[in-house]
This record gives sequence, C-alpha cells and structure tokens, in this order.
Amino acid sequence: MTDTATQLKKPNWFSRLAHPGAFMSWSRPALWPLGLVTSVVFAIGLWFAFFNSPADYQMGETVRIMYIHVPNAWLSQFVYGIMVVASLGTLVWRHPLADVAAKSAAPLGATFTAMALFSGALWGRPTWGTFWEWDGRMTSTLILLFIYLGIIALWRAFDDQLRAARIVAVVTLVGALDIPVIKFSVDWWNTLHQPASIITPTGPKMPPSLLTPLFTMMIAFTLLFVLLHLVSMRTEILGRRAETLGRQAAAKLATVGAA
Amino acid sequence: MNPDEPPARPLLTVEELALSRGERRLFDAVGFSLEPGHLLLLRGPNGAGKSSLLLTLAGLLRPEAGRIVWPGDEPTPLHLLAHLPGVKTRLTLAENLDFWRSVNGQTGLLAEDALETVGLGGLGALDAGYLSAGQTKRLALARLLVTERLIWLLDEPTASLDAAGDMLVERLVAERLRTGGAVIAATHDDIGGATGTLTLGGAR
Amino acid sequence: MSAVFAVIGRELRLATRTGGDALTLVLFFVMVGAVVPFAIGPDRTLLAKLAPGLIWIAAFLSMLLGLDRLFRADEDDGSLLLFRHAAIPLEAVVAAKVLAHWLLSAVPLIVATPLLAVLLALDMPSWGRTVLALLIGTPALTAFGAIGAAVTVSLKRGGLLAPVLILPLCIPVLIFGVALVAAPDGSNAALLFLAALSLVSVAFCPFAAALALRVGSE
Repeated sequence: MTDTATQLKKPNWFSRLAHPGAFMSWSRPALWPLGLVTSVVFAIGLWFAFFNSPADYQMGETVRIMYIHVPNAWLSQFVYGIMVVASLGTLVWRHPLADVAAKSAAPLGATFTAMALFSGALWGRPTWGTFWEWDGRMTSTLILLFIYLGIIALWRAFDDQLRAARIVAVVTLVGALDIPVIKFSVDWWNTLHQPASIITPTGPKMPPSLLTPLFTMMIAFTLLFVLLHLVSMRTEILGRRAETLGRQAAAKLATVGAA
Repeated sequence: MNPDEPPARPLLTVEELALSRGERRLFDAVGFSLEPGHLLLLRGPNGAGKSSLLLTLAGLLRPEAGRIVWPGDEPTPLHLLAHLPGVKTRLTLAENLDFWRSVNGQTGLLAEDALETVGLGGLGALDAGYLSAGQTKRLALARLLVTERLIWLLDEPTASLDAAGDMLVERLVAERLRTGGAVIAATHDDIGGATGTLTLGGAR
Repeated sequence: MSAVFAVIGRELRLATRTGGDALTLVLFFVMVGAVVPFAIGPDRTLLAKLAPGLIWIAAFLSMLLGLDRLFRADEDDGSLLLFRHAAIPLEAVVAAKVLAHWLLSAVPLIVATPLLAVLLALDMPSWGRTVLALLIGTPALTAFGAIGAAVTVSLKRGGLLAPVLILPLCIPVLIFGVALVAAPDGSNAALLFLAALSLVSVAFCPFAAALALRVGSE
C-alpha cells in the first residue's frame, strides 16, 4: 500500500527556533545588540583600515579601497550561498522560513555585488587608468549581478509568493551549478584575450598589517548582512501578515455585504 | 455476490485530506473510499476547492495534511478531465486521439471508434480548430476512451454540452462503472447512478 | 520509447502546420546579422573580424526569444496538465520537446548561416567552424532555454523575463562558441568545453525543467 502522508516529526532545536512565530520573537530582542556589535566592529575595522595600516608600496593610499571592495565581493558570493541553502530549505524540506530568507537575501546580495563592482571601479581608476577593465574577477561579478537582478525580477513577477519561492529556488540552484562554469569560462576567455597578466589588487601574499584590517572589515560587513537580513525577513513576515489580515477583512466585508 | 469472495478492495481511499492554495485553506479533513462501481459527486460553490481536490487526487497538487491510499505500490493511473480540453487545434481529431493513445497506452478504443462513441464519428480527418465548444468537450471525453484507466476524475464534465451531451456523459460514466471502474465528478448538474456525494465549501 | 517519438512527432507537426511560425525565428536571425553593418559600417575587414561573434549573438538572441514556445501553448490549452499525469515521466516529455525545439529552431538557423556569412564577409573555413560551433553549442542554449521556459510558463506576462534569467547562465556557451571559431590557439580547448557543456546541460535540463513545471503549478 502506498500513501502520500505528511508525518509529524518531533521538533528539534532548529525547528523550534526557525518556526516563523518563534523567529519573530527571538529576532526582535537580537536586533539591538547585533546592531551595536556591528557598529563597534565597523568602527574598529575602519580605524584600522584608514588610520592604522600601511599604504601599499605599489598602489599607495588607494589600496584602502580594498577594505571596502573585498568584503563586498566576499558577501556577493556568501549571500548567494545563503540563497542556495534557503532554496534547498524550500524545495526539500518545505520550510516556511526558507522562502522568506531567500526573498530577503536577494536584494541584499545584489546591493553588495553592486558595491563590489562600484568600489572595484573606483579602485581601478587610479590603478589601471580606467573604470572598467574586463578582467576575470570583475566580469564574473558583473554576471553575478545580472543573475541577482534576474532573480529579483522573478520574485516580483509572481502574485503568489509561495509559488514564486519554489520557482526561484529552482533557478537559484541551477545558477549555483552554473556559476563555477561561468567563472571558469570567463577566466579562460580572459587569458585568451589578455595574455599579459594584470596586477590584481589583492596580491598573492598579503602582509599581516594588511590582513588584520581586512579580516575585521570582512567580519563587520558580514555582521551587517546578518543584521540587515534579519530586519528584512521580519519586514517580509510582517508584510505577509498584513496582507493576510487585509484579505480576511475583505472576505468578512463580502459576507456581511452579501447577508 | 459470492459470500466467500473477499470484498472488493477500494480503488482509492482518502483520509483527512487538507489543502491550501496560497494562503487560503480550501478544505479540511476530507475522507472517503472509492470502490469499483462507485460514482462520487463533488458538490460545492465556486471556489470551494472541487477542482483542487481532483488535482490533488491526480497527484498534481500537494496536500497539506492527510493521506491518499492506493492499492498498489504506485498511484493507479487515472484520467483527469479538467476545465481546459487539452486539444491541439492544429491537429486533426484523429491525430489528437492517436497521440494520447501512443503516449498513455493503446489499451482502449481506436481513435475512430472513440469518435463514433462520443458522436463525432467520421470527423477524424477534420482539424480540431473547427470544432465548437461542445464538440471539443466530446473530443476531450473521447480521450478517456482510447486508453483504459480505472479511475476517472471529471471536472464539470457537462460544461459546454447540450442535453444530448449530458446523456452521453451519463452513458460513458455508467459504462465505466459497469466495467469495474470508479468516477469522481465535480458538477453542478446531476449525473445518474451516483453512489455518494461530497460537499465542499461549507459555511466558514 | 515510442511515446517519446510520438511527442517529438507532435511538436514537429504542430510547428509545420499553418499557424506555426517556425520560419519567423530564422528571419529574425538573418535580420539581426543584416542590420549590423548599418550600425558599424560596411568595412569588410572589420565585418569579417566581428562576424563570428555577430553570428553567435544573433543565434543567441533568436534562441532566447523563441524559448517561450516550448511550453506556453501546452500550458494555455491544458495539454501540460495531461502530460503531468501521462504514462511517461514529465522528464521524458521535456527531453522530447527540447529535441524537437532544437530541430525546429537551431537547425534552421544553422542552415541560414551561409546568408550571414556572405553578408558579413566571413571566409569559408571560418564559416565551416561556425557551423560546427553552432551544432555543438545550440543544444546547450536549448537546454538552458527550456529551464527558463519552464520557470516562466505559469506567468501570464512572462515576456522578457525568461531571456533575462537565462542569458547570464548561457555566457559560457557564447565564450566557447566564439572561441571555437575565432581563437587560433584556444579553438580545440573551446571545442571540448563546448561539447562538455552541451552534453551536461542537455542531460540535466529535463530534470530541472520538469521540477520547475511541477512546483510552478502547485
């Protein structure tokens, strides 16, 4: 005998925390402390970056843009990773919080990617002479931005956001498989067309004096993402609740009117 | 009935089925058992979830809770007659039927015989785009005849049909029941021979 | 197996009956290529240098614009619902449709490339490599396109969304495809990469597209 059954599983600690109602209650008191820690780490990181680290021997003061560029570049990929995990949560476990997490992460990821491109361009101007050089990494980042924007457009195209979540999850996973292929092909294309190697701003070995501020800024930006993500998820959940209430009110009015 | 024979196994059993579309809970705790020879009528106002229940039974929607129990390891193949006819207007009637016969199995009537049965005999070479709404519905019904499947799920089978068409539906359903199948029909009309009624969308 | 052939046969029949617009895509392809000299000037040396890339972009755009027709018609008349509870798996249906779509879209494009070769001053050996590149690369475009089409089929105004989603994902096809034709030292590697990409994407796309079709209609 076969059946399609939904079984009740005993909730483990993750399920308990990740239940939307529970999420709303623990995320609220977490916001202020998180914001505080983020600000502190940013303050430390910026101080290190702009006042307490040496200028690069090749690039001078402009190397300091690296402390903005590299964390944003890291986040552009990290946030996509979050979206991939959320997509698995939607498709495999049908977790109710997963689509909220994915939907909230997309605009943040796009913004960080755009910031990475922008800071990269600002860095490129004094270093290479142009705002844009079709080098492998920047080109891959540009393509990643297009993928983010396409996913955001897809979210907005659906009326039913629950259905959108599942569709976007499929696209996100296909993108995840394709992004390494894209990176590889872009790098390969780059070596075809520009055999002379371009001095990439983040050299192979970085002295510790540069590493400390860099890691601090990376942690600061990551904390910033976590903070913004939590806020965005809360906003999305509240928005959906408001919508449900609106619909219920309309339904009630309809029955009253019909009576 | 031979008293030593074990009772016929149900073709389909549904227990405590619940479904939501979007945010709206359509139905809760739906349960029934479908034996061979049964005709279950689905009643309810528009939007009550009749079509969605049929889609869920066909495996096209995921229920939120509850079980659908099939006699074998896999869900039994079934025929679903939905709102949209699934007819390609640029193919002929015979081509439409032959296609589904090739895909689903050549276990039922031949295309010409199926067309004859539904009252479209001799029109096999006609492009389906020339058919009226009622004739298209008949062609959709013919599709149920070219492959043999025990369970039929019909969503408003008499829509677009005239009185003769209604009688055709009754005849086809009766024949399916007589040969050991079962039918669930969501309909505002009456189909003779109903063994049960399930009403969805009661007062909220 | 005969069921799969039945699906392929149906797609081919539908596209070639009156009302099917199989040739419009080819027309678009040729026109894109023909319009280029108005934009960059008729200098034959310049055109010949850019021709492989231009032909690929024209093929790209044509394939992307045509991908909605994979599932839209079946969704609109209820046939997709029938496929979802047919005796063959949805993945097999998708694979059959992808093959048929490739035969109907990519092969006519490839047949039309001599026209573009003449218009864009492409020499014979390069044209031969272009045909080879399109033969190997267009299956990948069709495969990715099928995923895009499946993802947007439930949207009433899908419009340009599917091409926008799929274009970034197809950039490797463009890179390797053009390199196969135009890059003297990368050509062989490009051939291998392109073939691998097509094989993997074609093998994988029925599962991704079928998944998208299922979750999109729940």
